[in-house]
Amino acid sequence: MIELKGVTRRFGDAVAVDNINLTIETGEVCVLVGSSGCGKSTTLRMINRLLPRTSGEILVDGEDINNADPEALRLNMGYAIQSTGLFPHWTVARNIGVVPDLLKWPARKRDERVSELLTLLGLDPATDAIKYPHQLSGGQAQRVGVARALAGDPNILLMDEPFGALDAITRENLQQEMLRIQRHLNKTTVFVTHDIDEALKLATRIAVMDQGRIIQHDTPEAILRRPASAFVENLIGKGDRGLKLLGLRTVGDVMARHLLPSQSEPLVEVLKETDSLRVALSIMVWQNSDELPVFSEAGEAVGKVTREQLLQGGA
Amino acid sequence: MQMRSWITPVAWVALLCALAALLPTMAPLFSWVEPGTDNLVYTRDSFWFLLQSHIWLVLVSATIGSLVAVSAGIFVTRPAGRDFLPLVSQIASIGQTVPPVAVLALAVPVMGFGEKPTFLALVLYGLLPILRNTLAGLGGINPTVLESAKGMGMSSAQVLFKVELPLAGRVILAGIRTSVTINIATAAIGSTIGARTLGDPVIAGLVNGNTAYVLQGAILIGLLALATDSLFEAIERAWGRAFSI
Repeated sequence: MIELKGVTRRFGDAVAVDNINLTIETGEVCVLVGSSGCGKSTTLRMINRLLPRTSGEILVDGEDINNADPEALRLNMGYAIQSTGLFPHWTVARNIGVVPDLLKWPARKRDERVSELLTLLGLDPATDAIKYPHQLSGGQAQRVGVARALAGDPNILLMDEPFGALDAITRENLQQEMLRIQRHLNKTTVFVTHDIDEALKLATRIAVMDQGRIIQHDTPEAILRRPASAFVENLIGKGDRGLKLLGLRTVGDVMARHLLPSQSEPLVEVLKETDSLRVALSIMVWQNSDELPVFSEAGEAVGKVTREQLLQGGA
Repeated sequence: MQMRSWITPVAWVALLCALAALLPTMAPLFSWVEPGTDNLVYTRDSFWFLLQSHIWLVLVSATIGSLVAVSAGIFVTRPAGRDFLPLVSQIASIGQTVPPVAVLALAVPVMGFGEKPTFLALVLYGLLPILRNTLAGLGGINPTVLESAKGMGMSSAQVLFKVELPLAGRVILAGIRTSVTINIATAAIGSTIGARTLGDPVIAGLVNGNTAYVLQGAILIGLLALATDSLFEAIERAWGRAFSI
């Protein structure tokens, strides 16, 4: 658990972070969202003490972080940033292994961890491990950056727009993987982004920041349904917030489930139970149908969903 | 494959040693440039001795110069020494505009004639290119790399030795290369103030009007500079391979 109590950070006369209070529960993904200069990165960098705070208290599992040794503190906090910051003179494997090395893990344990992470992030342990950062595409470099943050098996993950510099498709893929990884690992995560869609997709709770203050801290659904101010309303966009709401829930939540899953002919465009209601609605509109079969990841027909159920689910 | 880059420096060094040993036997060759004299080969000291003394002078001054300059460069880029950075980098660039002969001339009144003033001049003048390149190398590292190194949990010393020095190493080496090459020439001028170097035959030749002496000194100095330069090139390549930059 991370607790920020009345935390303030000044740069000269400018106030970057203004007396914020924020509690991040163990295992939750807290997304700090806001426009650039709102203090979200500053907040993140105060949690691993890359920046000292001007006043207030930051507690991790009840201990003030200023009482800990800064290096030991950071070794237990995975850190991934937008520009990746990969070490250009080291291979991918050595980059990922940096924290295990600092923690003095035995070489075999480290190597196993590195290939496990490469696989987890969709990289090839045989061919990609020996590459140098300049040989990687932007998406691959970001994956390595995330793998490096996870390598020491930290309790806390700090991510500063890790997918910010990527094209829409790669970003979408990495967000999906992030969700998948998070389901497995359940790390306490603080994630900074300026992209509200990314925030809605990844967050357990979102903290909307503006001018160094937290305007609203709530679940994605509550933020969409009850924006605390005109600023938040603007940020989430009035035009399609209904669709965004549909995007928060999965088909599996609302569908009528078959008693027994059955094997069936694979269709061209299948709806999976992990897809969002938004995707289901889109397929329905496209196929002009009122009812769609739903498939599991394994390809079995597990249920069906009607247009009625969809719209009720979003309401 | 990797051995190939060492062939050139080894060849230069071999040629240098061969000439230093064999020049005295090549008197007939020098009668072409200086016909009508009996003193065709410089004999006051052996070329071997002069070469060794020359290399020793450059080697010791370069070692001291590198240690001092790299330490100073590291110091002024740490939080504790950052206040001195503008001053030191200004000295490093202004110092380069002073010619080495001037440094030599200024050292004599302070220390008298002999090896000592030459030594001082070599150390002082050799510092500057190394210092300048150390600052450029350390300053040229992408700040996000340093930020993430710190964020990963590296201590300041680990950031310096695992990240900064390997990344800046090639630029620093290039500075040492410039410094040493310049100092091989500067050391030769040291002969005018009493140091024993390969400049001795050159000076003696100029004073006595014996072109053969001048040639013998100049050829060996030139070869020494070429051998050293190609040695550094091979070292820089090896460094680049070791860290893949």
